[in-house]
Amino acid sequence: MNRFIHALEKCGLSFLVPILRLIRGENLDEQIRGILLNIGVPILAFVVFLGIWSSVAKSVEVSFGSLPGPAAVWTETKNLWAGHVDERRKATEFNERQAERKQEFLERFPDREWKDRKYAAKPTYIDQIFTSLKTVFAGFLIASLVAVPLGILCGLSKTLNTALNPFIQIFKPVSPLAWLPIVMILVSALYNPEEPLFAKSFISSAVTVSLCSLWPTLINTAVGVASIDNDYLNVARVLKLGWFRKIRTIVLPSALPYIFTGLRLSLGVGWMVLIAAEMLAQNPGLGKFVWDMFQNGSSQTLAQIMVAVFTVGLIGFVLDRTMMLIQKAVSFDGASIR
Amino acid sequence: MSLLELNHVSKSYGHGAGRTEVLHDVNLRIEEGEFVAIVGSSGAGKTTLISLIAGLIQPDHGQVLLRGQPITGPGPDRALVFQNYSLLPWLSVRDNVALAVDQCLKHASAQQRRDHVLAFLKLVNLSAALDKKPGQLSGGMRQRVALARALAMEPRILLLDEPLGALDALTRATLQTELEAIWRQTRKTVVMITNDVDEGLLLADRIIPLTAGPAATLGPQVSVDLPRPRDRKTLNQEPCYRQLRRTLLDFLVGAGRRPETVVTRKLHLPDIEPEDLTLRPSIFSPRRPPRRRNEVKEVRIRIDS
Repeated sequence: MNRFIHALEKCGLSFLVPILRLIRGENLDEQIRGILLNIGVPILAFVVFLGIWSSVAKSVEVSFGSLPGPAAVWTETKNLWAGHVDERRKATEFNERQAERKQEFLERFPDREWKDRKYAAKPTYIDQIFTSLKTVFAGFLIASLVAVPLGILCGLSKTLNTALNPFIQIFKPVSPLAWLPIVMILVSALYNPEEPLFAKSFISSAVTVSLCSLWPTLINTAVGVASIDNDYLNVARVLKLGWFRKIRTIVLPSALPYIFTGLRLSLGVGWMVLIAAEMLAQNPGLGKFVWDMFQNGSSQTLAQIMVAVFTVGLIGFVLDRTMMLIQKAVSFDGASIR
Repeated sequence: MSLLELNHVSKSYGHGAGRTEVLHDVNLRIEEGEFVAIVGSSGAGKTTLISLIAGLIQPDHGQVLLRGQPITGPGPDRALVFQNYSLLPWLSVRDNVALAVDQCLKHASAQQRRDHVLAFLKLVNLSAALDKKPGQLSGGMRQRVALARALAMEPRILLLDEPLGALDALTRATLQTELEAIWRQTRKTVVMITNDVDEGLLLADRIIPLTAGPAATLGPQVSVDLPRPRDRKTLNQEPCYRQLRRTLLDFLVGAGRRPETVVTRKLHLPDIEPEDLTLRPSIFSPRRPPRRRNEVKEVRIRIDS
């Protein structure tokens, strides 16, 4: 039981601990106080937020009536989900019909060939979310594959670090909106196969995401590697460890907490940048969804944009927590991570 | 040929006006199988000296020779036990030692290497803590792991850089006893750096004091011919031990600067002197006014420790 509580605390779910303790019948007063503080206060704050939002929404006039309140947003959330379910149902029905027809056709003309057709579904909101997640992970993967090795080299070699530092300082603050046109032109010029494995818009937004999310990992890795305890490196020298062995057994584990802090920041930045990139690149995803809804310009679509805002926020939160968990799982010293 | 030789070795840090010479003209000869302690106060350049022997740094002048060959860099033939253990915290006790063993016994089979690791962890009494991480161990146990790691490299010389400096007095005493026992078993050549004269006397065959820095150099060596195994309790009684201890302390702290024990005794003289009233103190007279009687009746006795 105590182990379970410890695990919960490690997962960042410490607010559940008082409930568990209450179930076990530990010190009633203290646990109730804990529940009120850890769960009651955030709920109260959220209720206050909803109240302010709905009262402000009623009083603010925009071009198409009043601003959507929490109730309207909730309705739209349900609508978007219903739309997704509906679209999936239609797709299954289409596939079933097609299968029936195929069978009939093949029975009648066994010597002729049947060509399957794909259901031309318009992507639902849920599809958009998954496209966005795929894009951000692709971008994040590219960024990590570049930034971690480069960061290790920067941390090990002062010369390389000095050489790269101006680039890092200059490119780090550049907005994704500035990168995107360049990336799009480059992708069009360089990536032109007959049968593209990925859509161009997907590649452009993924590369833009990686260009923006590269920097935190790069900087943190370099700092982490540069600040390795000199004694550990002396151990490697006395043992005459080879370069790769030294990196694997000493440098990487020692810098891992820093590297993961960088990766966590990078994923956060990537997710934030993605919406802007998708908006401009017209890559199917949450960004495009927001842009399309904005173009529609009605009270209903504005409510849908707000749904998107909450979705982005929630997913960002989940991604951050997941990274934190991985970080704690792989780091040798859980106490050094805050 | 000596196993290890230092000829006129000097080492400085810094540049220009900020340059300080840490070691100046250090000469040292160490024979096979000897246990040599180098004693110096903190900041004297002890760690610099052992880093030079380990090959972690290079001397500015002079040579460091191992069997007549100049030392160009660190290597597993000169295993170094660091003052702060330097165990890798993400590896278990077994893996910390195995890292060294895998590197030094590349041609042995996996089973042989595993046995080698276990043998040395048994030597330092750590068989029970194989799978613990260094963070879960006490300071004394960590230092034992570090010692096992160094011994498992099967070095020609074992270099100990204030190995017990970070431990509390009790653990320190236990480990000193164990270190002596291990040394008697393995008969390795050991160079130990310490700031504790008693530790040196307990463990070493030869003690060489390092003068206070900057520009420290080695002082006249002291041979410790006390019988082994040495027992801390009976050692104190040996006149030879106290003689050696005093010689070393005199050199290190400086005979003049050693705190002296002085006892002041009042003498009981018959009270027959008249008080001198004639010579009055004058501003122009440099002469001291007559002393009071109770000042005269004192004698200071210096006690040699």
